[in-house]
Amino acid sequence: MNKLNPNTPDGNLANKWKDQLFNFKLVNPANKRKFDIIVIGCGLAGSSAAASLAELGYNIKIFTYHDSPRRAHSIAAQGGINAAKNYQNDGDNVHRLFYDTIKGGDFRSREANVHRLAEISEKIIDQCVAQGVPFARDYGGHLDNRSFGGAQVSRTFYAKGQTGQQLLLGAYGALNRQIHKKKVTVYNYHEMLDLVVIDGKAVGVVTRDLRTGEISSHAAHAIVLASGGYSNIFYLSTNAKASNATAIWRAHKKGAFFANPCFTQIHPTCIPASGHYQSKLTLMSESLRNDGRVWVPKKKNDGRYPEQIPQNERDYFLERKYPSFGNLVPRDVAARNIKEVCDEGFGVGSTGLAVYLDFEDAIKRLGEEEIESKYGNLFEMYELITGDDPFVTPMKIYPAAHYTMGGLWVDYNLMSTIPGLFVLGEANFSDHGANRLGASALMQGLADGYFVIPYTLGNYLATANVGKPDVQSPEFKEAEKSISTETGKMLASNGTTTPDEIHRKLGEIMRDYVGMARNAAGLKIANAEIQKLKQEFKNNLKISMQSENLNDSLEKAGRVKDFLELAELMAEDALQRNESCGGHFRTEYQTPEGEALRNDRKFAHVSAWEYIGKNKQHKLHIEKLKFEYIKLSSRSYK
Amino acid sequence: MKMNIKIWRQAFQTTRGNFQTYILENMDDNMSFLEMLDVLNEKILHEGGDPVSFSHDCREGICGSCGVVINGRVHGPLQGVTTCQIYMRHLKHYKTLVIEPWRARAFPIIKDLVTDRQAFDRILQAGGYISINTGGIPDANATPIGRHIADQAFAAASCIGCGACVAACPNASANLFVSAKISHLAFLPQGQPEKNHRVESMLKAMDKEGFGNCSNTAACEFECPKGITLKNIAKLNREYFEALFRSSLEEHPTHPHHGKGDEVAHAAFHDTHEK
Ligand code: SF4
Ligand code: FES
Repeated sequence: MNKLNPNTPDGNLANKWKDQLFNFKLVNPANKRKFDIIVIGCGLAGSSAAASLAELGYNIKIFTYHDSPRRAHSIAAQGGINAAKNYQNDGDNVHRLFYDTIKGGDFRSREANVHRLAEISEKIIDQCVAQGVPFARDYGGHLDNRSFGGAQVSRTFYAKGQTGQQLLLGAYGALNRQIHKKKVTVYNYHEMLDLVVIDGKAVGVVTRDLRTGEISSHAAHAIVLASGGYSNIFYLSTNAKASNATAIWRAHKKGAFFANPCFTQIHPTCIPASGHYQSKLTLMSESLRNDGRVWVPKKKNDGRYPEQIPQNERDYFLERKYPSFGNLVPRDVAARNIKEVCDEGFGVGSTGLAVYLDFEDAIKRLGEEEIESKYGNLFEMYELITGDDPFVTPMKIYPAAHYTMGGLWVDYNLMSTIPGLFVLGEANFSDHGANRLGASALMQGLADGYFVIPYTLGNYLATANVGKPDVQSPEFKEAEKSISTETGKMLASNGTTTPDEIHRKLGEIMRDYVGMARNAAGLKIANAEIQKLKQEFKNNLKISMQSENLNDSLEKAGRVKDFLELAELMAEDALQRNESCGGHFRTEYQTPEGEALRNDRKFAHVSAWEYIGKNKQHKLHIEKLKFEYIKLSSRSYK
Repeated sequence: MKMNIKIWRQAFQTTRGNFQTYILENMDDNMSFLEMLDVLNEKILHEGGDPVSFSHDCREGICGSCGVVINGRVHGPLQGVTTCQIYMRHLKHYKTLVIEPWRARAFPIIKDLVTDRQAFDRILQAGGYISINTGGIPDANATPIGRHIADQAFAAASCIGCGACVAACPNASANLFVSAKISHLAFLPQGQPEKNHRVESMLKAMDKEGFGNCSNTAACEFECPKGITLKNIAKLNREYFEALFRSSLEEHPTHPHHGKGDEVAHAAFHDTHEK
């Protein structure tokens, strides 16, 4: 096991970032326009990074497989964005946000990164308001806040249930402005299929135009990956249908280490699946747990309607087990408890895989109008999908895969193990440890894009001495060729199993063995099943051979292929981490009360995996996590 | 549930398309419309055909990717929803579903049900934003904004850029879409300095893309999945006439009404639109 250096600056925690900024080398303003930067992905992290870097003078090319940058999946984030503004005067501050995030992540994230995130959080809100993001306000005209899981203060800023949409449109506006100024060139309908590394540095990408199938090379002095997470490995997840791991996985295969792949977040409050045709799951924002109370009947397999069950026959199990946080325990804790009560037979609905989320009390306390103004669109969405009105009958919810804390390993400067390759947002592993707190993903994506990368990337360009790479060089040509061959092979395969069928099967394996609860025996089964599925993919794939234009099945096949390989690594990572922490719950490691049992002596580290070749075992590298400012404690929300 | 599914098939933008009919059986009430297309596509694929291309991503009504015409109705027969939010229970009284792409000159068909809506992006690039750089921003609470104003700005800002308004309009006008962005920014104090330039520039870009003129049929408002109202178009018109009026004043700097405020606005305009 080799050790990895996170390049965290020395000095006092609160001064690290400031000192680092001072120590950074700068690129002279006139020289900035000599540098080209490629950004992959245009969600919050990608768009904010591209816009901010372009403002500084760099030339940006941004790539997305969507028809417009505004479609990126950040758009679907509902609940909100955290910031330590302390506008509510409830005792919030940078240190508290820092502490909550580290604790929420079950002490598996890097102190210095998280502290920086908390410091930056305030500026993000200022930035977004100035861009015209219409956050919710109180009658005095000031910004309103709500609370989210894992926090005892109200620090979440929101725009109804459409916070992600409004923040993304803000960043998209900033991006549009730079496109208009010709500092950013946007490539819609382009999917990144390979990373090009020359002399150990990331200097380009190879992309495929989804409309024409054309493969092309693009060179730059540095590459920024902001392509999101890999929850779709579970097939059924809250992610958008196209969200995938291809960009990060292909970069991984070119040398970027993959950190903590098994740290995935299962979101407790989603609308349960209704049938075999189910294509995705819809999240109901965590903010609903502010006013909604989670319960199941005290009697197993109770067939009555919820309205018929009197108060004393209901079990508000989160409030009972966690009196101080109640319904607002962090996501992993809530999800696991919901799964448990359902496994024990207390679940409700036709499948028994659901619990109630009930607003009756809140409606009594605050009135329908207030509830409507807070959650109106979420209630409507719920009714549309299920046919039930939450004003009349409680919602039914069940956990679903939602977010991946794991991702490409990055150092303090957000650079991966390949110099010149920076990774932002959900695509990196950095800030959330083993469990992300609600409303922190938007914060991290925008912190990385607006306020970290403009400086750290500048320092790289000022010091790394990268020459202008040439797309004619053999490395690019080779990458193009291997993609063409790969695509050709898939197009020629004439089997009987479609990419969706393989993907669905993979999802079931992941859900059953690498999901909310895992154990060694199950993880070994998962591995064996994945091998079989890989063979199926290799020998029996069926895709459309007729289209020279858009070809959905071909796109899917490429993504499923990468998911299959990543799935293997996830299972391996989960097997190797002999402890329970956050979203990684190994049933062998739990306290007598059934809570996650960490093993800090052996596992207070980041596991970063190196790809060393086809059909070879990944090599494990360790980054020790040093906790100098926070005392490791057992995470309690009782 | 059993249905005839009649779908527009077109291989390329330049080739001619036609309807093809498929039969689907055993559909469930709770299946979404797009899941029905998934099932159909798997069937076509297994039979060796080329599946139907359609745009979609979030499948929860927020990304604006999806959008087809179902039996003559843009985003299907329900009001206030996107195509991905239609469920088969909403369609079960039909024997046949006729499914077509958006039809508008400014949205050419790429394949089957997929249209190219990048014209929308180009309009927004022309000015649908507030010109500020990252950093150096005063505290977010420094400028209070009344809740009522913030709510109105939010309502306009919830446009998802789906293009249903254009598809519904007999003239294929993009006025509702453009007005949503204009209103969103014009409601907010942060949007004031550039407001005149913004409206002129965006409308110019809109004309260039080949969208039709607005003749107040209100079909857009009726079909918009996000409740963007015609009030926004009224606001757009007001903003536009005001901008025209202002720029006519700017051509005559000695005009008595040309007060100090205008110079500030004018300066801000030039600040943020350096050539
Ligand atoms: S105004 Fe309505 S119909 Fe038009 S693009 Fe926006 S959301 Fe779609
Ligand atoms: S698929 Fe995103 S709005 Fe319909």
